Amino acid sequence: MPRWAQLTVLPALNLLAALLVTGFVTWMIGEDPWECLQLLVSGAFGSGEGIGYTLFYTTGFIFTGLAVATAFHAGLFNIGGEGQAYLAGLGVTLVVLAFDHTLPPIVLVPLCILAAMGFGAAWAFIPGWLQAKRGSHIVVTTIMFNFIAYSLMLYLIGHHLIEAGSQNPTTREFGQASWIPAIHQVAAGMGISLPSTPLNLTFVMALLACGLFYLLVWHSRWGFQLRTVGVNESAARYAGINVSKTIILAMCVSGALSGFAAINELLGSTHRMNVSFTNGVGFVGIAVALMGRNHPVGIILSALLFGGLTQGGLELSFEKPVITREMIIFIQGLIILFCGALENLFEPFIAGLFKRKEDK
Amino acid sequence: MTDFAIELNGICKRFGAVQANRDVSMNIAKGSIHGIIGENGAGKSTLMSILYGYYHADSGSIAVDGKTVRIRNSQEAIRLGIGMVHQHFMLVDNFTVLENIVLGAEGGLLLKDGMAKAREHLQALNRDYSLEVDPDAIVGELGVGLQQRVEILKALYRGADVLILDEPTAVLTPQEADHLFCILRALREQGKTVILITHKLREVMDITDAVSVMRAGTVVGNVRTADVDKEKLADLMVGRKVTLKVDKAERAPGAAVLDVRQLCLTDARGVKLLDGLNFQVRAGEIVGIAGVSGNGQSELLEVLAGMLEPTSGEIRYQGADLLQEKSSQPRAALYRKKGIAHVPEDRSREGLVKSFPMFENAILGYHDDKSVSKGGLFSRKMLLERSRDFIRQFDIRPDNAQLRVGLLSGGNQQKVVLAREIHANPELLLIGQPTRGVDIGAIEFIHKRLVELRDAGKAILLVSVELEEILALSDRILVMAGGQISGEVAARDADTISLGLLMGGHKH
Repeated sequence: MPRWAQLTVLPALNLLAALLVTGFVTWMIGEDPWECLQLLVSGAFGSGEGIGYTLFYTTGFIFTGLAVATAFHAGLFNIGGEGQAYLAGLGVTLVVLAFDHTLPPIVLVPLCILAAMGFGAAWAFIPGWLQAKRGSHIVVTTIMFNFIAYSLMLYLIGHHLIEAGSQNPTTREFGQASWIPAIHQVAAGMGISLPSTPLNLTFVMALLACGLFYLLVWHSRWGFQLRTVGVNESAARYAGINVSKTIILAMCVSGALSGFAAINELLGSTHRMNVSFTNGVGFVGIAVALMGRNHPVGIILSALLFGGLTQGGLELSFEKPVITREMIIFIQGLIILFCGALENLFEPFIAGLFKRKEDK
Repeated sequence: MTDFAIELNGICKRFGAVQANRDVSMNIAKGSIHGIIGENGAGKSTLMSILYGYYHADSGSIAVDGKTVRIRNSQEAIRLGIGMVHQHFMLVDNFTVLENIVLGAEGGLLLKDGMAKAREHLQALNRDYSLEVDPDAIVGELGVGLQQRVEILKALYRGADVLILDEPTAVLTPQEADHLFCILRALREQGKTVILITHKLREVMDITDAVSVMRAGTVVGNVRTADVDKEKLADLMVGRKVTLKVDKAERAPGAAVLDVRQLCLTDARGVKLLDGLNFQVRAGEIVGIAGVSGNGQSELLEVLAGMLEPTSGEIRYQGADLLQEKSSQPRAALYRKKGIAHVPEDRSREGLVKSFPMFENAILGYHDDKSVSKGGLFSRKMLLERSRDFIRQFDIRPDNAQLRVGLLSGGNQQKVVLAREIHANPELLLIGQPTRGVDIGAIEFIHKRLVELRDAGKAILLVSVELEEILALSDRILVMAGGQISGEVAARDADTISLGLLMGGHKH
């Protein structure tokens, strides 16, 4: 099968299959699948506001997708993006709570970004180190670290970071100095009027990160080492590549990238930290990377798909009370199932079609 | 009834663009030993995989005992009495011989009954063919020669009348190979049919009754062994005259480049893999290390290349002990920078990253060189240029630097590795199995390159299980057995028999 078909026809078919199953289930619960699909799509892409929200969600997914892809190129399956984003949020919050009334934005925001990257990387470093030096399986350790992160944050927010006198487990609102400007504000500054959405400059960083990722993985020495370790550890040892160092560093970069999801959410949108701010962004990143085949272009496209699903799904659940948030997660699950786990379901069939055409 | 155990008629098989078998026909007489000979990639293994049910022919037919059959999978092949001894053994290391043999043919719900019956059967087979295998031995603890016999037993136990052996002597000493041939002759006397796949002419001449020569997917000759000689077969195989000899002038070696002293390596279980090795490799000489694989040669190469840390000893390179060097980078990188190049034994696992394009493989191990990157990023132009040089100088085919290296043939893959390592202009070249899985045309080329390198005053340490190669290339030959050097011979005094004895561990 030609490569272009592998990259277009197969994902399209997988997506279609997921939608068909979803449609069937929607029909079973007594809704019109076609109408629901229209609502979903128009909710995500039908208005400026919808697009803004979609791109806002996309931003987080791009970062966690890149995070998973980085580790994947080193042969590591980092399931811990969620926990790493969580801890990154802690780093951001600590810096903001300490300095948001003393430091100017130009210093504070970069400092927050560094803190997010540092905390995310540190949380990924431990499983990375354990894998490289002690052979503890990264999948197991990163999953455990998600739970540890969640419990830790619950405790810290509930007992130490909670806003005085508040009933909700959230911190106080961050000072304006730490806010990352929203795209509509920036556009307004340039005289363009856009609807007000949480889409912020982190989105630009996400696109930049994709470019950097591409250069780093496919055109730099480090990327070469990373990919060599990922596909053939024996060859890496032969080539004099420090395998454990590469593994640890790959995990740290992965964790740092996950950290940006926290930046997007905390500094770009909510301006305070609550216990559930990550909301599965790390897990969706796994699907995004899988579907995007660990390539930045694929990651952007699949992040957009999942961003659209999140936003369109929310709209849909407003319109159709029968379709709940859980239903949207169910759809996401189906897409992950068909595009990730059953990636090659239709391959023999399609490959057969191409072969027959070739033979003629 | 017919006199043929197997008849293949017009077998065709295509993998994508590659026509692996084209209109292949051959008849294999009952009770004979039939050789199938050809270069790597000639289609021998594909043909046998079709016969054993792993692949399906696109067209053509197979007849077993005169009856046309369809073999859809290996179970069906076994039912038809076809057994296969693979090049890589399909054995469970921590099972006993008996357990391995009943595996997949346990018979009945409870293991016990089947085992008792199997034991009896096994003893009978053991007797009939003088296989001398202990049914209760743990397979992992047996030598390769014995493991191979277990494979043969396994096939016989399943009622094989036709036994296919795929390159069976690749892992054996000459003596073990002789024993194997005795077994094969015994099988023939009992009326079994043996199909021997090989690329070694000597074996074909020694043991087969008839031979089919394959080249580029087709049969270029079905002949009785008695009617041909080695040269004739070699010509058929390659399709042109080949010289099995290497032209090499006498040359006085220079100073010692590598001086190994009391080198020892003990593994985690306390087994001595390298046991007090002492030897030198001087500038302008090729030192060959002969030995049955698994006697420490692989570990020696890895230690010298910095991939393994020896337990004790000295590796003096250009006068200084490498093991005393302190460095933050891995040793393999350090040694390489000092001018030690390494063509590893297992090129597809170590020497190359198969999923990478050729231009990336052209810098594997040398990716830290300043010459390949600009401002932290690789210069793609530079990499492509370099691999195009390699393609030109080493006649690598196809001449596409963007191609994934895994798609090249074994010989061309080896040329990529060799080109890369020679390009580094090393003072010492470590080279393991330079021509394993490489076709004859490329062997000639590779040998010539190695001799050129030696004539340019470089030191070469050559490890090979092919005695003919060792004999053709080396100036001095060391023989390794059980992690020790069991003897040293000047190349002009050496022959396969004396080396074979040393390889078996008989000390000089």
